[in-house]
Amino acid sequence: MNIIVCVKQVPDTNEVKIDQKTGTLVREGVPTIMNPDDKHALIEAVKIKNKHKGELTVVSMGPPQAEEALREALALGADEAILLCDRAFAGSDTWATANALGSAIKAIGNYDLLLFGRQAIDGDTAQVGPQVAEFLNVPQITYAQKIEISDGKVKAERQMEEGYEVIEAKLPCLVTCISEINETEYPTLDGIKEAYRNKKVGVWNADDAKADKSKIGLLSSPTSVKKSFTPPAKGQGQILRGTTKDVVKRIVSILKEKELVGGF
Amino acid sequence: MVKVKVSVNCPETHLNLGGIVLIKGNNFEDVPDMPEIRQSIDSGYLEVLKEEKTEVKEKKKEGDEVLVFAEQRNGRIARVVFELLGKARELADKLNVKTAVILSVDKDNELSKELISYGADKVYIFENPLLKNYQTDLYAKVICEHIKKEKPQIVLYGATHIGRDLAPRIAQRINTGLTADCTGLDITEGNLLLQTRPAFGGNLMAQIICRKHRPQMSTVRPGVMKIKEKDANRKGEIVKVSAELSEKDMMVKILDIVKEAKKKVNLEEAEIIVSGGRGLGKKENFKLIEELAKLLNAEVGASRAAVDSGWIAKEHQVGQTGKTVSPKLYIAVGISGAIQHKAGMQNSDLIIAINKDPDAPIFEVADYGIADDLFKVVPEMISALTKG
Repeated sequence: MNIIVCVKQVPDTNEVKIDQKTGTLVREGVPTIMNPDDKHALIEAVKIKNKHKGELTVVSMGPPQAEEALREALALGADEAILLCDRAFAGSDTWATANALGSAIKAIGNYDLLLFGRQAIDGDTAQVGPQVAEFLNVPQITYAQKIEISDGKVKAERQMEEGYEVIEAKLPCLVTCISEINETEYPTLDGIKEAYRNKKVGVWNADDAKADKSKIGLLSSPTSVKKSFTPPAKGQGQILRGTTKDVVKRIVSILKEKELVGGF
Repeated sequence: MVKVKVSVNCPETHLNLGGIVLIKGNNFEDVPDMPEIRQSIDSGYLEVLKEEKTEVKEKKKEGDEVLVFAEQRNGRIARVVFELLGKARELADKLNVKTAVILSVDKDNELSKELISYGADKVYIFENPLLKNYQTDLYAKVICEHIKKEKPQIVLYGATHIGRDLAPRIAQRINTGLTADCTGLDITEGNLLLQTRPAFGGNLMAQIICRKHRPQMSTVRPGVMKIKEKDANRKGEIVKVSAELSEKDMMVKILDIVKEAKKKVNLEEAEIIVSGGRGLGKKENFKLIEELAKLLNAEVGASRAAVDSGWIAKEHQVGQTGKTVSPKLYIAVGISGAIQHKAGMQNSDLIIAINKDPDAPIFEVADYGIADDLFKVVPEMISALTKG
């Protein structure tokens, strides 16, 4: 049972601040973390690996500092790590990212299970998982809240808005995981020592990943960002002043006027 | 300037109106708006002809359609589809093309008529027992083949669990761009689709375009676009299409669909929402919110802070990581208004905020703010609403 997990290093969006003067993101001083859904996927992969044996490889695409996320993955129990790091990958949209990751997974080869997080907190697209599945022509199960492996098959509970579906697919299969699948874990001290002393992060460029250069990077991406801006504040309304009783009276009459409360 | 003709009711064969001679049987364009002309129109001697332009506009160009994926579950169309149709109608009018939907289902059962009444000009319907429930591979196959054949210029999907599973699979197969979770769509220079979406947890809005690849595709957040009024008399074309499908096309198999029996919280469809936040202080105080909500026939919402504190279940959460809502009335009680909360509710028609802190950011989006103690204001509201 060989497993490949893809993880992304992301800025912690809870800490993101906006420069009120320029309306742009302040990235300095914002901590980066392993994307939460990806971490759940990794923890699940470690559990499956411990049960079914095999190699667990973790792959990330990003700048050199994304190595930190991979070291964390190694500390949590991954055997090998590969960082796709090349200017040719920069600026990829989800289609181009899927081409890059898909090519790398093909180059690694011999995989049974591919685990991804459902979505990353910086983009919230949830697209890369299914797009890699299509690239590799393997079945996909998204929004998994439970996974079981047996007899060369994966059986998963896929979360839906009003419940869940039970889905089965033959391996190899790509599954995207949501946070409900397991509890967050932290690396042990031994795990961290192991990750830095005995394990390696391989750095691959586009050629190592056997990626088609006409299908990766900013210029090959079908979509492009035309503009970004901070969400406009709705026009400031009015603060009602007076005694509590008066203010409530006014609010209730406004609601009646707008026919939002009826029958009174 | 108006366009007129001499009415059959006019006893004369020609009319001389302030120097302009109009002859029966002919149409006259660009007649100046003079008192004599208006008088003759009022007396029924002249008829105003409809602008030919509008007639041309009604004749939509064939092809290049704006296509909506008509997600259905258990033979019921998802609400987001009607939201998408309202938006698709707007986009199609700007492009002067037709709005189409693609419906995969086991049996039509009047669904296509319903789709037409909400704005579809054309319904492509694939009926097949295998298409009864959503299944990634079959749906992707049907839609990819349809897109290759009909070449729509835009395809919209609801950003539901199904839409977000399906659309990326399709985008990769047909090699085009896909923008996730859009909250705004418009047509910009070069007739391109301008797709606005939140990023970085709602801290930033990005406008995305797909310049060269076709179709341009988006998934759209449920609850953001407004549904256009239903028109049961609307006419549209129903195109039955067959698809060659077999069990072999299915890489994944759905073994079971489990509905969870918990009481459904339906924030997206609620007309009124009363939400509580950290200001409530403890779990027991949520009863105040529930009481006010009950009086207003409203759903109960909550901020992330209240959910994270364990005061209320996550399904009540409004915000970037919860539900996006746009009710007619949103009452925020004891909610400070973090960016991520505002991202989920600022499109509500009317927002009332109650918060002790007059500097709370929630007041930036509120139409009416009450900077007072919620434990005084809410009971007062409850008593005022009960007394009437």
